Amino acid sequence: MTSFRTAQGGRIDRARTLRFTFDGQSYTGHPGDTLASALIANGVHLMGRSFKYHRPRGPIAAGAEEPNALVGVGRGGRYTPNLRATQVELYDGLVAESQNRWPSLAMDVGEVNDLVPAGVFASGFYYKTFMNPPSAWKDLYEPIIRRAAGLGKAPEQPDPDHYSHRYAFCDVLVVGAGAAGLSAALAAGRAGARVILADEQPDLGGSLLSDASATIDGLPAAEWAAKAAAELAGLANVTVLTRTQCFGAYAQNFFGLAQRLTDHMPVPDPKAARERLWKVRTREVVLATGAIERPLVFPENDRPGVMLASAARTYLNRFGAKPGARAVIFTACDSGYGAAVDLARGGVEIAAIVDMRSEANGPGIDAARAANLPVRTGAVVTGVKGRLRATGVEVGTIASNGLVNPAGQLSCDLVLMAGGWTPSVHLYSQMRGKVRFDAERQIYVPGDRASNEHSVGACGGSFGLADALAQGVAAGTAAAKACGKGATETAVPGVAGEILPRGGYQGAVPHHRDVRKVKAFVDFQNDVTAKDIKLAVREGFRSIEHVKRYTTTGMATDQGKTSNMNGLAIAAETMGKAIPEVGLTTFRPPYTPVTFGTFAGHSRGDLFDPIRRTPSHAWAQARGAAFEDVGMWKRAWYFPKPGETMHAAVERECKAVRASVGLFDASTLGKIEVVGPDAAEFMNRLYTNPWTKLEPGRCRYGLMLNEAGFVMDDGVIGRLAPDRFHVTTTTGGAPRVLAHMEDYLQTEFPELKVWLTSTTEQWAVIAVQGPKAREVIAPLVEGIDLSPAAMPHMSVRLGTICGVPTRLFRVSFTGELGFEINVPAEHGPAVWEAVWKAGEAHGMVPYGTETMHVLRAEKGYIIVGQETDGTVTPNDLGLDWAIGKAKPDFVGKRSLARPDMAKPDRKQLVGLMTSDAGVVLEEGAQITAEAAPVQGRPALGHVTSAYASPTLGRSIAMALVSGGRARIGETLYVPMPSGAIAVTVTEPIFFDKAGSRLDV
Amino acid sequence: MSDAALPAAGMLGGCTVRKADPAARFVLRGTAEVAAGASFGVALPSRLNRAEASDPRAALKLGPDEWLLIAADAAGDIPTAALQAQMEAALAALPHSLVDVSHRQMALLVEGPGAALTLNAAVPLDLSVEAFPVGMATRTIFEKAEIVLWRQGAEAFRIEVWRSFAPYVQALLAAVQAENEAAA
Repeated sequence: MTSFRTAQGGRIDRARTLRFTFDGQSYTGHPGDTLASALIANGVHLMGRSFKYHRPRGPIAAGAEEPNALVGVGRGGRYTPNLRATQVELYDGLVAESQNRWPSLAMDVGEVNDLVPAGVFASGFYYKTFMNPPSAWKDLYEPIIRRAAGLGKAPEQPDPDHYSHRYAFCDVLVVGAGAAGLSAALAAGRAGARVILADEQPDLGGSLLSDASATIDGLPAAEWAAKAAAELAGLANVTVLTRTQCFGAYAQNFFGLAQRLTDHMPVPDPKAARERLWKVRTREVVLATGAIERPLVFPENDRPGVMLASAARTYLNRFGAKPGARAVIFTACDSGYGAAVDLARGGVEIAAIVDMRSEANGPGIDAARAANLPVRTGAVVTGVKGRLRATGVEVGTIASNGLVNPAGQLSCDLVLMAGGWTPSVHLYSQMRGKVRFDAERQIYVPGDRASNEHSVGACGGSFGLADALAQGVAAGTAAAKACGKGATETAVPGVAGEILPRGGYQGAVPHHRDVRKVKAFVDFQNDVTAKDIKLAVREGFRSIEHVKRYTTTGMATDQGKTSNMNGLAIAAETMGKAIPEVGLTTFRPPYTPVTFGTFAGHSRGDLFDPIRRTPSHAWAQARGAAFEDVGMWKRAWYFPKPGETMHAAVERECKAVRASVGLFDASTLGKIEVVGPDAAEFMNRLYTNPWTKLEPGRCRYGLMLNEAGFVMDDGVIGRLAPDRFHVTTTTGGAPRVLAHMEDYLQTEFPELKVWLTSTTEQWAVIAVQGPKAREVIAPLVEGIDLSPAAMPHMSVRLGTICGVPTRLFRVSFTGELGFEINVPAEHGPAVWEAVWKAGEAHGMVPYGTETMHVLRAEKGYIIVGQETDGTVTPNDLGLDWAIGKAKPDFVGKRSLARPDMAKPDRKQLVGLMTSDAGVVLEEGAQITAEAAPVQGRPALGHVTSAYASPTLGRSIAMALVSGGRARIGETLYVPMPSGAIAVTVTEPIFFDKAGSRLDV
Repeated sequence: MSDAALPAAGMLGGCTVRKADPAARFVLRGTAEVAAGASFGVALPSRLNRAEASDPRAALKLGPDEWLLIAADAAGDIPTAALQAQMEAALAALPHSLVDVSHRQMALLVEGPGAALTLNAAVPLDLSVEAFPVGMATRTIFEKAEIVLWRQGAEAFRIEVWRSFAPYVQALLAAVQAENEAAA
């Protein structure tokens, strides 16, 4: 294999050799190489297959804008698809593979797509071809298309790496560390501002690292960059982030930066994060994001060996990798001459410089002529020979009438494109900056300043090095001054030896060939050709946003970095309009793809969400409890004995509670302490019930509605003192209820002297439920008379249990005698253990949420969120008794007066009894009047809760049924896949309707 | 609460993380007059987001009418009931709310030169001394948990966090400490 490595030069460490493989083949490179530069140094340009036509492709760029050379890197869970080979830093042992080809990159059967008659795969191909039958899209067409066309495969193993986040703040964020960014960071940093400088490359310098001719302050450009980097590293107020892509600008000067920490290492430290997401808030931002060279759109411009002139310079000057042996430079801009001169000096034979312009002059052409390089003006490249690698070009001359005449062929293995430069205005645009069209140069540049933004250098439309340095200094100084820092002035460095990029072209290059038979690519990644865009316009698409989506130009992982302006120019020309009349597609973050891991950060596995555990969690765990997730809480679900099923455990727990006593952890219930002289009035307004006359020491079931009159929460509320209520909420509703209360207190009732404090976690709540409950706790309680007369159902007392203070509630969610022992949370485990010990003699069992659900359903107690769904009123639930009818107002009262709220056919809570006692209905199942539901006729309602009731020895269910209370006694049906289940409508209370078991 | 998530003892990633001693805590709500007459033992700060501390007591002003009072008296004596009685007596004539939250939350101490950097993995505030000076205290978020963050010294922070969220905060701090250690 011929080596294309230069004898000397470049920023690679030639003393060390790195081994790597690409598609199983071994190669070598050096530290400092990218995967693309190392392959090019090995003479390899074929690195990928295109998306649609499976055409062989090589890199056209050397940086983030690369559309073709997408590779998969790594193994197993670290495999990352769709990485740009131009950005993958080489390390020893790197394993990379090409994508979208089978069986191999050089021999890909998918390439038949390229041979099908012209027009078949034209714009809108998918939309036009796969229309019918509609059902075939999901099952037939889409899977086939996804297999045939596409990019890399997602890794199938879990990602072994972890990812970090960091919030950061600065006075001046500088994005991009080329000439403009470095000088801005130096100016702001010297002035004492807090600076963050971010660049996606491992070294600072940007295009200075690829510049072999210019000098800054007498130093070669790259040396000046190294000196600047060293100075910045020594400034304590400057944070330099390399390998860090600023991918998005968000509201109020907030920026997203993705830092790659370990991807360049052969063996990453397992403790180190692979990537870090920096969430940066800055006062001023200097955008120094540079410009991207435009390809020229001519037939077969996608063949491996065709690349941007700037990329060729980078491969040669920065990486010491010759991109070819004999080059044709096709240019519309003076930067093509600079590239030609560099390549000639680097030992690449220059077959010709083909300049579209009829006249060329200036330092570029002077330098080329001085080097005796052959120049053809008024000429175009009209085609490229070769398939897996360019072998030559066809050349034409542009006649005075604009037509092209063939003018022979040239052999070459490298074709450079210099179509001029497109400023990278992505971040400016994301900051809501409005770009302005520079008609003379036919490019979009930043218009008025976006919020605290300074676009400097090439991204601001100033392509010269001296301009970039001067603007960087000015912006860095101004930004620091805006932050009150400005002690030190920075002089503008002097520049010599640069060839200014002048000129440029966009749109399809004219040629003499049959347009139906050639492909001139606009968007390399999506295989969009010039004629695809023309076809879209002919078919009636006028908005550039529609043209983009119809042709897919500018989409996919590169987001049209090299294609948007050419596509826009072709669309504009076809419409006969000027470019700004056609518009510009929107720039959206991210600038380059960001891994899911980076966004997820620590939010994975056990740290995905906080896992909340109650004080008795460890006890329940030791008892073998099964847990269920309720919001962020882990709640004991049931306590199976060895070998016991859930069903058996729940049946045993239910029977024990009804027969003797059970122990239940109710700590997760939300608790809010409502305190102040206006506490009762506040409660009157927030809950449907009347509170004024509730005596201290008594409790009441409270029902909370939203403004629309629908039930949003419920809970037992105890009055501890005239000015103090202990409110409980549902477990999941606690934050919502507190926010709802605060909202009304602060915005509607600011005159009330009352304050709300969450006490959910202050109290461990130990529920002791069952006929023996009093006997169990009596020996432990001090200072409270537990007798039925002194402490009736729905009362609360303050006292002591096991020597610690308690708020003891006599309440029941089971229908049995019950107490809820509230103790300060730290004492929870000890008191729980003491109650357990005391209960053992009475046959006490611990029970979980499933048993709690069954017991409450037997009593017809609702659960908000199960019997309610946001459309249910108190009347629907049969809870009119909970409404204080004499109260002048409460939240939701007016809504309850709406006619719809009183309609007799509203869905009302009822019970359902299956005719077969052993059949448990499915929660959520629909209820109909007929055994065979009639299509088009709505269901009458649905099952909200259904259980096997150990107490009744049969199944029970609760349901919301249209006009349900009037249907009691009727037979309805629950249609299921296995046939309709007949049910009888009943009252929704199945056990102890009189409530006599509570009153003991 | 499991201690399994507690970070390793000793300096890691430029800081140490440890649990603070138990303390009595109250949320006091009311007017400036209430604050002035609270009889807590240290003066309640009038400036928002500032703490007044006179060891072993501290008062943090977290809202226009809201103070978090912390009393971790020496020798493990936690004077919850006595303090509550004392303050209720002093404030009897003024509308106010005094609620015991001693067990609602616990505290973690994050100390060392890397403390701010470690916290900034999850806390979205500028923790430079200029923006968040010693004595500043605020309710904020720690990734997905709500916390109160109080800067007790240039390199010393106290996190007050509800007890069930504490293992999450501890585990996240430990993960960040290890990452920062590896990155350094």
